[in-house]
Amino acid sequence: MDNNILIVNNLGKTYQTINEEIKAVDNFSLSLKDGELLSIVGPSGCGKSTILSILCGLETDYDGSIKLSDGKTLGYMLQQDSLFEWLTILDNCLLGLKINHTLDNNTKQYVINLLNTYGLKDFINSYPSCLSGGMRQRVALIRTLATKPDILLLDEPFSALDSQSRLAVSDDVYRIIKKEHKSAIMVTHDLAEAISFSDRVIVLSERPCHIKNIHTINLTNASTPIKNRECKEFNNYYNLIWKELDFHV
Amino acid sequence: MYSYKHKLFLKRIRRKKIFIITFQLLILFIFILLWQFLSDYGYINSFIGSSPKRVLQTLIKLYNSGDLLKHIYITCLETIISFSLATVIGIFIASIYWLFPIVHKICEPYLTIMNSLPKIALGPIIIIWVGAKMSSIIVMALLISLILTIINVHHSFVNTDYNKIKLLKSFNASNYQIYRYLIFPGNINGIINALKVNISMSLIGVIMGEFLVSKEGIGYLIMYGSQVFNLNLVISGIIVLCIVATVMFLIINFIENKLIKNKK
Ligand SMILES: Nc1ncnc2c1ncn2[C@@H]1O[C@H](COP(=O)(O)OP(=O)(O)O)[C@@H](O)[C@H]1O
Ligand SMILES: [Mg+2]
Repeated sequence: MDNNILIVNNLGKTYQTINEEIKAVDNFSLSLKDGELLSIVGPSGCGKSTILSILCGLETDYDGSIKLSDGKTLGYMLQQDSLFEWLTILDNCLLGLKINHTLDNNTKQYVINLLNTYGLKDFINSYPSCLSGGMRQRVALIRTLATKPDILLLDEPFSALDSQSRLAVSDDVYRIIKKEHKSAIMVTHDLAEAISFSDRVIVLSERPCHIKNIHTINLTNASTPIKNRECKEFNNYYNLIWKELDFHV
Repeated sequence: MYSYKHKLFLKRIRRKKIFIITFQLLILFIFILLWQFLSDYGYINSFIGSSPKRVLQTLIKLYNSGDLLKHIYITCLETIISFSLATVIGIFIASIYWLFPIVHKICEPYLTIMNSLPKIALGPIIIIWVGAKMSSIIVMALLISLILTIINVHHSFVNTDYNKIKLLKSFNASNYQIYRYLIFPGNINGIINALKVNISMSLIGVIMGEFLVSKEGIGYLIMYGSQVFNLNLVISGIIVLCIVATVMFLIINFIENKLIKNKK
């Protein structure tokens, strides 16, 4: 598998409903290297969420194959933070550990450290209703990180935020992912977000989605998403991919 | 600590509250006064329409003989028993329905029939099968409150935010874990709302049962009063019932506030 930690081959998915069959994904393949950040962009409704659902095991009826390197695990993060209002921030973050029966003093301390490190120290015992949208999204990320997944699957993680905190939070999340040495596949319909965030951008067609093109992003002096937007190559990529996306408004 | 404007704001709210309560009490006061006046001057036949004074005398007499508290106690006991049974059994069945949707699908038409059937129609059968005693009153009340509890609790269970379920599934949670970590604790509000309906349904069922069995309880008091044409007794019974229902409502409200406050 030479340093690919995830290989997906010829993925296909057709939803069965009473009235029709909906073909959502058609012949989708990808490979992900250790530590790589990959973005998937495509028009809404083309099947992006479906791909992530299949990868993390929420959909079991699909075609093609998914190969994950030995011992590697996946973590899933959705657009809605879906925090449980009746649990404290800490208890929210411990949910995955409780469900996997891996909650002990060590894993708990790991989560507390994450919360302390990423600016939620004062809110460990608060309830979600006290937090801003950006903070809630950070809690959601830590809840995903708690089970120590190697690959994060992010489904439009910033779409629910207003444009101001959206930039700040994507910067935060980027830093956290890098610092914790994770790989990630992020789905988005925001092209600028995809380019500034990732090493490679996969462009999908309309539904049923197949791969239109894969762009490797090379920015001089690449750093975090906010700064990456100022790189001189950024606009070139943006214009190039924008034409491929071919949004029909 | 607070600005002058804020104090003014609080003061206005308080004044409004006092105004509302004063008016509410005034309506009650005028109603009682008018009632007394109309019966004193013969506009109301006090034999049929009773009067506040007569009601009060009846209540005092009942209280002194020890009957009043006994009947209240019996009615409350029956209501609490059927309320508790309906709560426990109702939540249990709703949980089974959520955990095994196929069971719900199979039972649904029968549940719908039972829900739309006026349960009083079953009264005579219940008395024959169970006997003219307290247990048939409880069965009666249970029939009324249980069905609604199941329907309401299950309704709140199935309306749980699907994204939260998806989240737990991404942790490989089993169905039972989803129930334990999300469905039950996440629907405490829905359950409490169901219990609010449940308590008034239980009381309705108990009074209906007491009408039929006619041995003891506030329902019996009212029924007996009408049989011997003692309207003072009937109206006294109704007033006691109003008070009992209000107290039960207040208790549930209190518990609800306690539960919600603990979470903030
Ligand atoms: N559970 C489902 N049953 C039937 N159709 C579905 C289901 N989930 C998604 N779809 C359909 O599949 C297509 C792709 O959906 P999705 O993957 O959510 O798109 P995206 O995330 O790119 O907006 C849409 O047309 C959607 O209506
Ligand atoms: Mg989507």
